[in-house]
Amino acid sequence: MSLKKSSNTIHYSAGDRVFLAADALILGLVFLLVLYPLLFVLSSSFSGGSEISSLSLIPDQFSLEGYKAAVEYDYFWGSYWNSAVYTAVGTLVAMVVTILCAYPLSQQNFRAGKIAMGLCVFTMYFSGGLIPTYLWIRTLGLMNSPWAFLLPSALNIYNMIVMRTYFVSLPEDIREAAQIDGCGEWRYLVQIVLPLSSAVLAVVALYYGVARWNAYFDSMIYLQDRSKLPLQNILREIMIVNTSNLAYSNVEAQAAAEKRAELLKYSMIVIASIPMLVLYPFVQKYFVKGVMIGAVKG
Amino acid sequence: MTQTKAARLKKHFRKFGAFYLMLVIPMTILILFKYVPMYGAQIAFREFRITRGIEKSPWVGFKYFSKFFSYYNFPAIIRNTLVINLYSLLTFPLAPIFALCLNHMPCRRYTKLVQNVSYLPHFISTVVLCSMVIQFTNARTGLINQFLGLFGVPAVNYMAKKEYFYGIYVWSGVWQSLGYSSILYIVALSSVSPELHEAAIIDGAGIMKRIWHIDIPGILPTICIMLIMQCGRLLSMGYEKILLLQNPLNTVVSEVISSYSYNVSINAGTPQYSYAAAIDLFTAVINLVMLCLVNGLVKKMNQTSLW
Repeated sequence: MSLKKSSNTIHYSAGDRVFLAADALILGLVFLLVLYPLLFVLSSSFSGGSEISSLSLIPDQFSLEGYKAAVEYDYFWGSYWNSAVYTAVGTLVAMVVTILCAYPLSQQNFRAGKIAMGLCVFTMYFSGGLIPTYLWIRTLGLMNSPWAFLLPSALNIYNMIVMRTYFVSLPEDIREAAQIDGCGEWRYLVQIVLPLSSAVLAVVALYYGVARWNAYFDSMIYLQDRSKLPLQNILREIMIVNTSNLAYSNVEAQAAAEKRAELLKYSMIVIASIPMLVLYPFVQKYFVKGVMIGAVKG
Repeated sequence: MTQTKAARLKKHFRKFGAFYLMLVIPMTILILFKYVPMYGAQIAFREFRITRGIEKSPWVGFKYFSKFFSYYNFPAIIRNTLVINLYSLLTFPLAPIFALCLNHMPCRRYTKLVQNVSYLPHFISTVVLCSMVIQFTNARTGLINQFLGLFGVPAVNYMAKKEYFYGIYVWSGVWQSLGYSSILYIVALSSVSPELHEAAIIDGAGIMKRIWHIDIPGILPTICIMLIMQCGRLLSMGYEKILLLQNPLNTVVSEVISSYSYNVSINAGTPQYSYAAAIDLFTAVINLVMLCLVNGLVKKMNQTSLW
């Protein structure tokens, strides 16, 4: 991350010192406000679902009950597996499609590419809406199949533009040299462009992966079998559906469901977030880079 | 010597054939999942039934649009959508301010730490975010009530209270996206020439003065573009978050255009597809018009523009 370096030789005036003190305070506040809730969830997940939570970040009595309840929850492993598969397959498919779109569109002398680019950009500003899409997916017979959401999300125009911007910035003379050596477009793409673009590929794959892992809406409307649902949908069920009193007709069933849900709520939140948060430190520098590449285009 | 058309075409395809071939799959996906639904949006003007299909459904003109406009809850739905989006728009300056704060902090380690932590919430899902919100606002066990209880504030079930919903929706969004949205401004700030700052320091300008006269003009184009984008979305709102935060007790304030169109179609016992499509189309058109208007306006004022 490139922030400007202030040299140490500057002598701050009184006004500047007030500013810096306020600045440090604001940053500290942001730091606490962002981190505290996250740590609180983590700590609560080890407290074994005790009713009254304290504000402290150290659990009163350490317990793995919450995690045990989560692992024993119906469809937990199945949904975890589904999420992993959808994320892996979805990202892979999306990467192939996005590369195949971004590369031709990055070629300045390919005129038809401009039309294709126009088609792409238009969809960023106007869409047919959820209902026509939903009905069309039904007509295609994709209901209850993960392809109903993996295919439409395989081409994200914003991601494509980020990748294209990067491809445009690659030096033109490598290309000329390769062409003289009789290298075709496909081979050039696979053997030269892609290895040179590992940073942007990492960024875009990260964007797709995080988006897929975190999505729940499309899988909720297109999947009917419970056994096909990803983790986010199971989490939603525990957190939101179970606690609203509409699902249960008899009081005891509701109380039992609430108690079970209470026990595993925090641990499920942690389990659902861990893969992305563990990934984060490794990809963090790429991630910022991606925004920078995207920012060039505006 | 002039080439024949066929020869030229052949040469063109020898040169660009691979590009056309590459574009086949992406364009198929684009047309199949973006443009075909645009064609399908015509059901907003038809009496659509699943059993009849699009073409066999009779035209009804603007029936479903006027149905929406005359729906008794229409003003409330529009109000909720606008209030939430305008409220979010008010929190817009926070990201550039945060970026400026980071940029002028001399202690790099501290800056890095705050920055990296501020990105974290961007990676958690909407379901997790909303779960946390619901847990924290719980009347008996929630974090917020526990905390306010220390100061003698009585416990409140925030998710059931109308007056808190907008605030909860907007501020949880700020919590999640502040760090991420600030990246753009940090990038813009890093392209501000350091010489300007050095010259200003020699002239005796304080940090506040330099922010006002150097940094803010430097990031103004970025601010403008982001503002245009947000204004273009004044009537639109995703489905994900609002549906998770909506509960039977707060629908008065939480029913927005997107949740309403979902609730009368996919989520309904007898889905009214044409009605929901009309609602969506209405929003999409308004948004497009808004985007063009704001873009034109900003273009007039200065040279920044989306296209």
